[in-house]
Amino acid sequence: MSKLEKAALGEPATDVAAPSDAQDAFLSVRDLRIHFNTDDGLVKSVDGVSFDVRRGQTLGIVGESGSGKSVTSLGVMGLHRAANATVSGEVWLDGQELIGADPDEVRRLRGRKMAMIFQDPLSAMHPYYKVGTQIVEAYRVHNKVSKKVARTRAIEMLDRVGIPEPAKRIDGYPHEFSGGMRQRAMIAMALVNNPELLIADEPTTALDVTVQAQILDLIRDLQKEFGSAVIMITHDLGVVAEIADDVLVMYGGRCVERGPVGEIFDQPQHPYTWGLLGSMPRIDRDTADRLIPVKGSPPSLINVPSGCAFHPRCPYADLPKGNVTRTVRPELEQVEGGHWSACHLSAEDRTRIWTEEIAPKL
Amino acid sequence: MSETNKTDAVEDAAGKAAIPQQASAPEGGSAEREVLLRVTGLTKHFPIKKGLLQRQVGAVKAVDGIDFEVRKGETLGVVGESGCGKSTMGRVITRLQDPTSGTIEFEGRDITRLSTGKMRPMRRDVQMIFQDPYGSLNPRHTIGSIVSAPFRLQGVEPEGGVKKEVQRLLELVGLNPEHYNRYPHEFSGGQRQRIGIARALALKPKLVVADEPVSALDVSIQAQVVNLMDDLQEELGLTYVIIAHDLSVVRHVSDRIAVMYLGKIVELADRNSLYEAPMHPYTKALMSAVPVPDPKRRGTKSERILLRGDVPSPIAPPSGCRFHTRCWKATEICKTTEPQLLELKPGQRVACHHPENFADQAPQDTVLLTAAKEASELVGEAVLEESAETSAAVAAEVAAAEPAEAAEEASVEAEVSEAELETAEEPESEEPEATAEAPETDSQESTDK
Ligand SMILES: Nc1ncnc2c1ncn2[C@@H]1O[C@H](COP(=O)(O)OP(=O)(O)OP(=O)(O)O)[C@@H](O)[C@H]1O
Ligand SMILES: Nc1ncnc2c1ncn2[C@@H]1O[C@H](COP(=O)(O)OP(=O)(O)O)[C@@H](O)[C@H]1O
Ligand code: SF4
Ligand code: SF4
Ligand SMILES: [Mg+2]
Ligand SMILES: [Mg+2]
Repeated sequence: MSKLEKAALGEPATDVAAPSDAQDAFLSVRDLRIHFNTDDGLVKSVDGVSFDVRRGQTLGIVGESGSGKSVTSLGVMGLHRAANATVSGEVWLDGQELIGADPDEVRRLRGRKMAMIFQDPLSAMHPYYKVGTQIVEAYRVHNKVSKKVARTRAIEMLDRVGIPEPAKRIDGYPHEFSGGMRQRAMIAMALVNNPELLIADEPTTALDVTVQAQILDLIRDLQKEFGSAVIMITHDLGVVAEIADDVLVMYGGRCVERGPVGEIFDQPQHPYTWGLLGSMPRIDRDTADRLIPVKGSPPSLINVPSGCAFHPRCPYADLPKGNVTRTVRPELEQVEGGHWSACHLSAEDRTRIWTEEIAPKL
Repeated sequence: MSETNKTDAVEDAAGKAAIPQQASAPEGGSAEREVLLRVTGLTKHFPIKKGLLQRQVGAVKAVDGIDFEVRKGETLGVVGESGCGKSTMGRVITRLQDPTSGTIEFEGRDITRLSTGKMRPMRRDVQMIFQDPYGSLNPRHTIGSIVSAPFRLQGVEPEGGVKKEVQRLLELVGLNPEHYNRYPHEFSGGQRQRIGIARALALKPKLVVADEPVSALDVSIQAQVVNLMDDLQEELGLTYVIIAHDLSVVRHVSDRIAVMYLGKIVELADRNSLYEAPMHPYTKALMSAVPVPDPKRRGTKSERILLRGDVPSPIAPPSGCRFHTRCWKATEICKTTEPQLLELKPGQRVACHHPENFADQAPQDTVLLTAAKEASELVGEAVLEESAETSAAVAAEVAAAEPAEAAEEASVEAEVSEAELETAEEPESEEPEATAEAPETDSQESTDK
């Protein structure tokens, strides 16, 4: 009997409470909701997302643009202070809850215990200050050391991230750095205090594959050395396969599938995950005749489609009995172990469609 | 766009017969196809001016001497890192910018210096699709007026009227013809890219140059656009030059691929040759850097080639081979002598003194540059081993095809290239003579014809 069939016979668990391994998680996010009040209406950017990351482990978050990846990570960092933002749920970092915590306390944790690498390095580095000055400051905020000591530390970090002649480049301005160097300098700044949680939001999306390889390598090495927990946000499944231990697939502000990286690639359960895999041209396989795109466009987060938000684009929307797909929102159900998926399809249907229709075409 | 599709098209054509000729050329047929566009010695330098007098103090050598041809019905992919000159090349071959030197021939006619007036009829045949689906459409114009602009500019009145033709085009690219009066902001990225494609196809061009047509799009949407371009090529017999930095996309869409580095083409080959047995070290490094969407293959760091640092400045590119500052195989000759783009294998041109998967072109030059020794620390062991094996094997193969004496020399050379990789530091005592080059030169000439 396959694992899937076994899971199908058992009572499916529903993921509202904590997943099993919550105890040893360094970061636990529970039912995170982040909504923005705008002129057009309420934008439900993140609408009930839960996940855990353990020390030394990497969680990859994938999904198309606008699915809520960046908003989720800013939420974890406590960076949604806009008047129009409403944040609810729980974020537990090393046993400490952050959503209800004093903003000053969260600020103290930022940069020391948790740090973030942003999608756009220019937004994280101040254009008028020297790169070195910014790294030195980031270090001195959390460490009572002289400027000289901090400078030595900054040079060491620039060297670690592969900036040539760091002692010279430390006095350069961000605009004097190439895109890849800027990204590396920002990583140096994020890592200067050896954070225990590192969130990297598309750190390589704007970069060439050659630079991307350097940076992924760097993050991996540093993680190995300090045992940090890492969240890697990306839309590139190749990057996920390369670096993640667990994967969370987001669609329309919600998690539609979550599980160990091997299972997400070998036995993905959600039609949207299948869509992502089918859309992607692969360098490691014989060229497929055709890609299998996901039809249509991403959902509105103001008028989220009823029932399953993916239903207007899902080729299997009519398969589950009745009109359930259009009326009832599927909750995450346990497939097996740490693998969860939110879809009304029966386990038999999912197994059959994946093994007979999707997998052979990839 | 891919060979497989073309084979499909051939099968389809048997039934439908409506498929245009070019699109249904069988696999490997690209070699016999007619040349649509030929580019020779093309350069584009952007002057750098300084001071009050705006004296020229240097130049950005964005494109610095490239030769290639595009054949009817094929898709030529162009890859390379940011800033290597891909977009500039695209703009110059479509004559949106004037080249600094070199020639561009379209259907056998030299269009390099055609005046704007003389170029106008030409513009119908050559169209460009741009990178940014957000920036390339005027937000104040309706979709109808955007897609019909080419008719107005060219003073062309399509059969059945402009509106009807625009609606047909919108339908062709999978958009609702009723959206004629809507504005770009009402469309998603993928839909905007479709609008750009509809506009490019309005005048039934022969050649479409697409600069990063899908890189701003999410994978799911990217696949829609890739499939669309694929279908349109089959339906309309289009020829594409597709510029992209994503090697997986390029592999999927292209028949042949040109790899650029700092304003030069370093390798130009059939899709399969390039991906299965890349010959230029840079091509190999680029390909090894692509993350493979298969977690089981993770941790195979030994197959990886990490390049150190960034691409050097195109204002003062390195001497000799421009890749020598980052190449793990670079020797003295790489620093002093620029390697020419030569057809070493049928359908595979490469500019390198010490190519991968092939016999060494400068076997006498065995001492690695210091930078190369440092660079080789970032090259996976499996790569080094495989590289030595395949080079030796290929050399032996080439030798076997040659007369006996030449073969002997070539096999000596093969051993050397293997030894060279193991004991790269010390100069080899038994340096083979320059005659060892003979077999390759021969094969190059024979395939060139
Ligand atoms: N008008 C211009 N004036 C000066 N330099 C220019 C101009 N246009 C391009 N360049 C320079 O020429 C080089 C090649 O640029 P190009 O846009 O062709 O690169 P590319 O390969 O398309 O890169 P990307 O992948 O980032 O799009 C770059 O160094 C660029 O800065
Ligand atoms: N400050 C804000 N006000 C209103 N809407 C926002 C704000 N920040 C993000 N959003 C919206 O939230 C959604 C998710 O955004 P984001 O998390 O950035 O997506 P991505 O998955 O691409 O990172 C998008 O629709 C975005 O427009
Ligand atoms: S719930 Fe229905 S619409 Fe949603 S993914 Fe599953 S089958 Fe598709
Ligand atoms: S071996 Fe020499 S010629 Fe070939 S790519 Fe390296 S540096 Fe250039
Ligand atoms: Mg984002
Ligand atoms: Mg470009």
